Amino acid sequence: MNAKDILGRRGEQLAVEHLQRAGLRILDRNWRCADGEIDIVAAERRALVICEVKTRSGVRYGTPLEAITRQKRNRLRRLAIRWLVAHGILFDEIRIDVVGVLRSESGEFSVDHVRGVG
Amino acid sequence: MALARTHSIALVGVQGHHVEIEADIENGLVALLLVGLPDTALREARDRIRAAIINSKEAWPQRRITVGLSPASLPKRGSSFDVGIAVAILGAAEVLPAASLADLMFIGELGLDGRLRPVQGVLPAVAAAVAAGFGTVVVPADNAPEAALVPGVRVLAANSLSSLLGWLRGGCPAAGSSGAAIWQGGSLPPDSGGPGPAGAEVPGRDLAELVGQPTARRAAEICAAGGHHLLLLGPPGVGKTMLAERLPTILPRLEAAAALEVTAIHSVAGTLPPGGPLLIHPPFCAPHHTATKAAIVGGGSGIILPGAASLAHHGCLFLDEAPEFSRDVLDALRQPLESGEVVLARLGLTARFPAKFTLLLAANPCPCARAAGSGPAAVGSAGLTARPLAARAACTCPPVARRRYLARLSGPLLDRVDVKVEFLPVGRAELLSDRQFTEPSSVVAKRVQLARERAAFRLRGSRWRLNAEIPGSELRRSYSPAPGALAPLERAMDLGEISARGVDRVIRLAWTVADLAGVARPTVTEVSYALGLWLGAAS
Repeated sequence: MNAKDILGRRGEQLAVEHLQRAGLRILDRNWRCADGEIDIVAAERRALVICEVKTRSGVRYGTPLEAITRQKRNRLRRLAIRWLVAHGILFDEIRIDVVGVLRSESGEFSVDHVRGVG
Repeated sequence: MALARTHSIALVGVQGHHVEIEADIENGLVALLLVGLPDTALREARDRIRAAIINSKEAWPQRRITVGLSPASLPKRGSSFDVGIAVAILGAAEVLPAASLADLMFIGELGLDGRLRPVQGVLPAVAAAVAAGFGTVVVPADNAPEAALVPGVRVLAANSLSSLLGWLRGGCPAAGSSGAAIWQGGSLPPDSGGPGPAGAEVPGRDLAELVGQPTARRAAEICAAGGHHLLLLGPPGVGKTMLAERLPTILPRLEAAAALEVTAIHSVAGTLPPGGPLLIHPPFCAPHHTATKAAIVGGGSGIILPGAASLAHHGCLFLDEAPEFSRDVLDALRQPLESGEVVLARLGLTARFPAKFTLLLAANPCPCARAAGSGPAAVGSAGLTARPLAARAACTCPPVARRRYLARLSGPLLDRVDVKVEFLPVGRAELLSDRQFTEPSSVVAKRVQLARERAAFRLRGSRWRLNAEIPGSELRRSYSPAPGALAPLERAMDLGEISARGVDRVIRLAWTVADLAGVARPTVTEVSYALGLWLGAAS
């Protein structure tokens, strides 16, 4: 496994723990379909939360949150519909969240959770 | 998340408008949105501000940031909002106490490294801030001397965003060294304004250097004393340009209020000298005859800049080789000559620049410029024998060409010129022996100063300071010459030599002649002399 993939795994694990502490129920992880992959599918009360995790080991190429573009958000919306169709569960609301995980030079991780980016 | 509010000033001409900057941070994709009619330079502020904040070791909020500039209908241009926007964003991110921003005004451009870079138009902007009720203004350190010219303002001069933030967080501005410093406004240099010694001392320029031309000297003195417009007509090399360039040396210094007005215009134009920014001498502006209309009256599609007419406010606008200026440029001067200001309309705004200047025109009598006087009769006998060969060669222009050349100065424009002087070639006797009798600028400046004081005393309680500024109605009501003094004017009117406006102008001129002579009220002598100057006198 590549170093970047190990970092990504670690970031996703931290994100899941962070979301659980925040009171979200994790429904699914790394769900794949023809259109792509959803990192985390969770539920908060009656809302479906599609969560993208971005992990970086430095801000040289921008912060993790800056890496989420409008195109990425639109793709996550399509994936959300795909997941709903595949699972046949009804929700009042669909929400896209982003979790940015940043590893500092000293090796510590910081997690930033942004709710409802679109 | 949070909302923060700061204040800045948008300049339209030399008029400042209060602009409120709001920054709102909310969840969403990371972005900075700028709304409220920004122009290109202001839209680029997004990138400057981000770099400046990060390079000042502050955290850039990883959220969706909306910055609104209101009133939204007012077009906002330039980079002077950078500091206000940066501080508003940091206030919304709650890294700055929002309460510390409420009554501050921010003006300045940010460099990518977080430096505060100087901007143009700080003086009128700070004056507008004070008028809008703001006591403390933050400006780039390089602009501090200019900002401190405004009475009653506290200026916080910062050279970088980080030192400004340190101060906003409750720190003390580091005295002297790097960082921020506080200037107290309104401490005008003691030598400015008021009845100080008159005359700008331009090295190498003195009226004494101009030999001969007694009538022209006298005319220049009268124009300086009363603020009248002057036309200098004559062949090349007789001293027209020399005389015009020396006119500032006999003008008194600007009064404090006028000095601030003049400095504000030059501040917007970016022509202030660094260091000691207050202009205390009347400005002298001599645009080249290829100048465009926009260069003379002001203009520009983005930021509206003042033209030469406004840069010469309270001073002299000298048009050398006046007939060579394009006709629409000359005629564009009619409006400021009449109203004392330039009004420029653009999409969504109207800019006003004050433009009260003394117009100096210099012209050759014809294109070949060898004409000596307007005819043989006008040439003095002494001049005839002493003139060098080159000047004696007769003018080769046909009469039509001569007439057409001077006709480029349109009638309505010449009607507004109070004094017209014709220069004659200087004779040998004058050139060689007259030098010891020519008066230096300092002597003439004293007489001008006295005459101006006499006029100011008579006009006390009114808005006017100079005879040339008195409107016609007021002139006839309160300042009519002695009984019977208008006889020469009546004759000229009967002969159709003078317009109604011309009559008013001659009366104003007569008052200045009387002021210079120490006469209480113009008599027939002064009015005749003034009429002679208006119709054109041969030197």
